[in-house]
Amino acid sequence: MPNISREEVAHLARLARLAVTEDELDKFAGQLDVILQSVASVGEVAAQEIPPTSHAVPLRNVFRADEPRPGLSQQQALAGAPAVEEGRFRVPRILGEEA
Amino acid sequence: MTASTADVLDYDEVLARFDPVLGLEVHVELSTNTKMFCGCPTAFGAEPNTQVCPVCLGLPGALPVVNGAAVESAIRIGLALGCDIAEWCRFARKNYFYPDMPKNFQTSQYDEPIAFDGKLDLELEDGTVVEVGIERAHMEEDTGKSLHVGGATGRIHGAEHSLLDYNRAGVPLIEIVTKPITGTGARAPEVARAYVTALRDLLRALGVSDVRMDQGSLRCDANVSLMPKGTTVFGTRTETKNVNSLRSVERAVRYEMTRQAAVLAGGGEILQETRHFDESTGSTSAGRRKETSEDYRYFPEPDLVPIAPSAEWVEKLRATLPEMPWQRRKRIQADWQLSDLELRDLVNAGAVDLVAATVDAGATPNEARAWWVNYLSQEANTRGVELAELPITPAQVARVAAMVADGKLTNKLAREVVDGVLAGEGEPDAVVAARGLEVVSDDSALYAAVDEALAAQPDVADKIRGGKVQAAGAIVGAVMKATKGQADAKRVRELILERCAG
Repeated sequence: MPNISREEVAHLARLARLAVTEDELDKFAGQLDVILQSVASVGEVAAQEIPPTSHAVPLRNVFRADEPRPGLSQQQALAGAPAVEEGRFRVPRILGEEA
Repeated sequence: MTASTADVLDYDEVLARFDPVLGLEVHVELSTNTKMFCGCPTAFGAEPNTQVCPVCLGLPGALPVVNGAAVESAIRIGLALGCDIAEWCRFARKNYFYPDMPKNFQTSQYDEPIAFDGKLDLELEDGTVVEVGIERAHMEEDTGKSLHVGGATGRIHGAEHSLLDYNRAGVPLIEIVTKPITGTGARAPEVARAYVTALRDLLRALGVSDVRMDQGSLRCDANVSLMPKGTTVFGTRTETKNVNSLRSVERAVRYEMTRQAAVLAGGGEILQETRHFDESTGSTSAGRRKETSEDYRYFPEPDLVPIAPSAEWVEKLRATLPEMPWQRRKRIQADWQLSDLELRDLVNAGAVDLVAATVDAGATPNEARAWWVNYLSQEANTRGVELAELPITPAQVARVAAMVADGKLTNKLAREVVDGVLAGEGEPDAVVAARGLEVVSDDSALYAAVDEALAAQPDVADKIRGGKVQAAGAIVGAVMKATKGQADAKRVRELILERCAG
């Protein structure tokens, strides 16, 4: 049965780039526990002989021909960007993530 | 920013105490017309964000469809590496937040790679053959390109903000991962370089990528760890990125061995992290702490259906495999009647394809080899570039060789023509015309120069008339000087003897 610790919540928050307060760590640990237990209950219904399913439709090998199709113009592509510079998306500087 | 050289252990000392273990991850961009999951073009160097669409920008509701040609390339690469091809495999989402990945996940493959368990044989410079095991080759997509503004150009440190171009995001990528490479000792850096070279040659022969390390279409991450001599448990590894040339692969592995050895010898621990290779200093610096694979929260990609290559399809693709580089080398050796040493020089110079193309353009194998392996290799060394990167084509070399064969150029003039082509002065014929390099083949002009030289040195002329034929050398020299080296010395000699006999 899941039992999510404060440390695990803090770790997930870091991966998700979320700032979580000390109080929230406890709050979310409890909530995530409930969510995971609910999902885990599927396992009680699905017995051993039922294989895990990732795709609901029995399709295989759906491919596209290697032919270019029109996409977006630069202007269209950048239309939703919060900030733009030199035809590029401008984002805050990336800190110590990858040297 | 960079580690000082005091932080490394002497290479011989490293080897006396430790055994290196390598793991090489090579990413190759496929040269398909379109991206992995959408129909955007993949051409290099387009205006930023002009080869994008809702799929590769990760806009809500956009749905990917797999590029069939990319899957074929992946299978062909797997087959060429002697891999098994998965009968059934899926894509997976690798979740991480980084601005170069607009979807906030990379579509990759996790525990079901399309190809696995192969090998590649490498030949080191002295002819030693090393077998490298291939763990897997899987399909994924490239990321966008970041430009860091405000700090040193293109680097993160000191940058104030970053600019993203997503033209490259979604370009088909095959990641090829070796099994741990052990037992190479002092030769580990050389093996790493030879592996990337052999893989590059193989991919080029397959025609699946333009394999340009300088443009990033072939990239190598070098995993290095050390284990104390006499033990068999692998040490903690680091993954060095940004290794953008064959030479850098070798330097990065060597540096990392000496750095890790210094840490371990000082009683320290190696952190599992990515490291950044700095071309200018030849050293690595700490990058991001490696996230564990759980942290990526991989799960099967729900928007893409599984791939199940039929045996018929795989066999059809196997039949399309070209002559492999190692087979080709054997054939060329036989066709051109090269000794083992001559073949090795050719291979080590990275000149096989260039010489073959020069021969195809009309030169003889010996002429073509002489140009590429001797003259042009030196030029490439001086410039610090690969032979293929020199600004001269096999067709141009063949043209120069043809002019020498026709007696229009002496070897000395031919080198000047090649220098002119390398200097960007145009085609060989244009260089000859612009620099006035053509051999003086007009006998009347040569007769005049010969007569003049004989008249200027009457004592030498007398000796020649008296039968001392070797004295003609002085006259030849004078004529060559008078014609600024643009005469064919052999022809000049004939004319001198003719004049003195008459």
